[in-house]
Amino acid sequence: MTDMALEPARAAAEPAFDRARALSAFKLGDRTFYWVTRVSALFVLIILGGIILSLIIGAWPAIRTYGFDFLFTQRWAPSLQPTPILGALGPIYGTIVTSLIAMAIAIPVGLGIAIFLTELCPMPLRQPIAVAIELLAGIPSIIYGMWGFFVLGPFLADHFEPAIVSAFENVPILNTIFQGPASNLSLFNASLVLSIMILPFITAISRDVFATVPPVLKEAAYGVGCTTWEVVRNVVLPYTRVGVIGGVMLALGRALGETMAVTFIIGNSFKISGSLFAPGTTISAAIASEFAESDGLHQSALILLGLLLFVLTFCVLTAARLMLRRLERKAGA
Amino acid sequence: MSESATVLKPVESQPANRPSPSDIKLSIRNLNFYYGTTKALKNINLELETNKVTAFIGPSGCGKSTLLRILNRMYDLYPNQRAEGEVLLDGQNVLDPKLDINLLRARVGMVFQKPTPFPMTIYDNIAFGIRLYEKLPKSEMDGRVEAALRGAALWEEVKNKLNASGLSLSGGQQQRLCIARTVAIRPEVILFDEPCSALDPISTAKIEELIDELKTRYTIAIVTHNMQQAARCSDKTAFMYLGDLIEFDQTSKIFMSPEQKQTQDYITGRFG
Repeated sequence: MTDMALEPARAAAEPAFDRARALSAFKLGDRTFYWVTRVSALFVLIILGGIILSLIIGAWPAIRTYGFDFLFTQRWAPSLQPTPILGALGPIYGTIVTSLIAMAIAIPVGLGIAIFLTELCPMPLRQPIAVAIELLAGIPSIIYGMWGFFVLGPFLADHFEPAIVSAFENVPILNTIFQGPASNLSLFNASLVLSIMILPFITAISRDVFATVPPVLKEAAYGVGCTTWEVVRNVVLPYTRVGVIGGVMLALGRALGETMAVTFIIGNSFKISGSLFAPGTTISAAIASEFAESDGLHQSALILLGLLLFVLTFCVLTAARLMLRRLERKAGA
Repeated sequence: MSESATVLKPVESQPANRPSPSDIKLSIRNLNFYYGTTKALKNINLELETNKVTAFIGPSGCGKSTLLRILNRMYDLYPNQRAEGEVLLDGQNVLDPKLDINLLRARVGMVFQKPTPFPMTIYDNIAFGIRLYEKLPKSEMDGRVEAALRGAALWEEVKNKLNASGLSLSGGQQQRLCIARTVAIRPEVILFDEPCSALDPISTAKIEELIDELKTRYTIAIVTHNMQQAARCSDKTAFMYLGDLIEFDQTSKIFMSPEQKQTQDYITGRFG
């Protein structure tokens, strides 16, 4: 009895010593790991802060000269003497309008493709379509730009725009939105190309989150007699809402910032026109096309444009977060 | 559970006390089922009687859930699964490809192993199914929702939080919510696929009580791994093994004096 009690005690005492040493070695590793990850995390904040700071410093002369008027001035005359008149209204308008139209086209189509792929598509077709969508995401934006410039633009100008213009000739409001001479370079052209570019994001992310819906939940919905559409609308979409909105926001972020393709096909006109078929510009397109030849106040104004894009994107992300939080509260989950 | 009227017989032969045709809700005839090329059910013949609880027992993989999922054509959702034979619901063949599946599923409701509340409020979880088939004014809908929740013995627990998410309930409450949802669309048959396997004993007891009460209005089929549960709440029991229906009889008969040795071995825990 005594032996049996002593035996395990001795056995335990011996390795306990070793274990403490082993643990202390681990502790050192743990501490190193903690600091490595912490420094990496801080690095992100430092870079972010540095970018914001250098944008503000670069934009400062323009902020001092134009103040809030910069936001509401449409005129863009960088070579005017003695001080150029520069306003951001045109690029801001162009950025928001092209992004909104692109989203309006890409969200329904993208979700539609994702729903088709996860719920309806026959098995042998699923993989090819999914791969095609991913390839679409991999095409460099300059190629979209060239395609928009050489193929889509002329096609729209020759066939689509005249038809739409004449169709809505006598409809109030719509005849302002769709008017003017057909043009290869237009807001509409840019929006269309943008929508194709962001489509893969929406589709790929939605498809992934749709796949997370437990099959038994879908079966339960089919079990009460739902059609596929009812299951998607009432079970799949609500269940995956957060992920879908995340994908949409990612796409919106890309649409707001997309530069190369848009610069090719938007026409770079700072003048705001009511018509979608007229040329326009976006913030990033304006910066890309003018930055190389700019100096002084002109350059500072372009940096200020960049700062504005930054703020705009930030606002969009914040709005998305708030919306998600409200949705979650409403669902009570 | 009276066994007085039972005449003991093997399944294959014609039962001497065969219930009159009007008492038969679902009749399964020469049913074979395939997952791809694997045969999962082999020539099943049995009948579910109206307002009776029929339990399906057997070791995992014996095909009892598969059988249940044929009765409301749930297997249709998946390619490569097919059934041969006949399943007659009130004389109408359920396996007929021309049948309106959504309507069938409204008539044959299903409660799953895991609670599956939809991602919406408690009220909407119930109202959702009703809205698929009927347009009701708000007041009437309120009544139907309450009746369904009372029917599933859940009303007292949730009446003050109908607008909370269905996901906020406990597991047992969620399962009763799913039963309420099934009851709300007024089915004729309810299929329970191991409804208590994820629940604690108290919730299980509540659901068993509920099943006992529901059978006055519905025809019930229940798959269970819990033999006490089958013994407690069913009128007839089917024992299945490896895709075969081994024995089907009054529950008391199956548990007291089964015909087949395999059944005897299974219920006494000697295999399975």
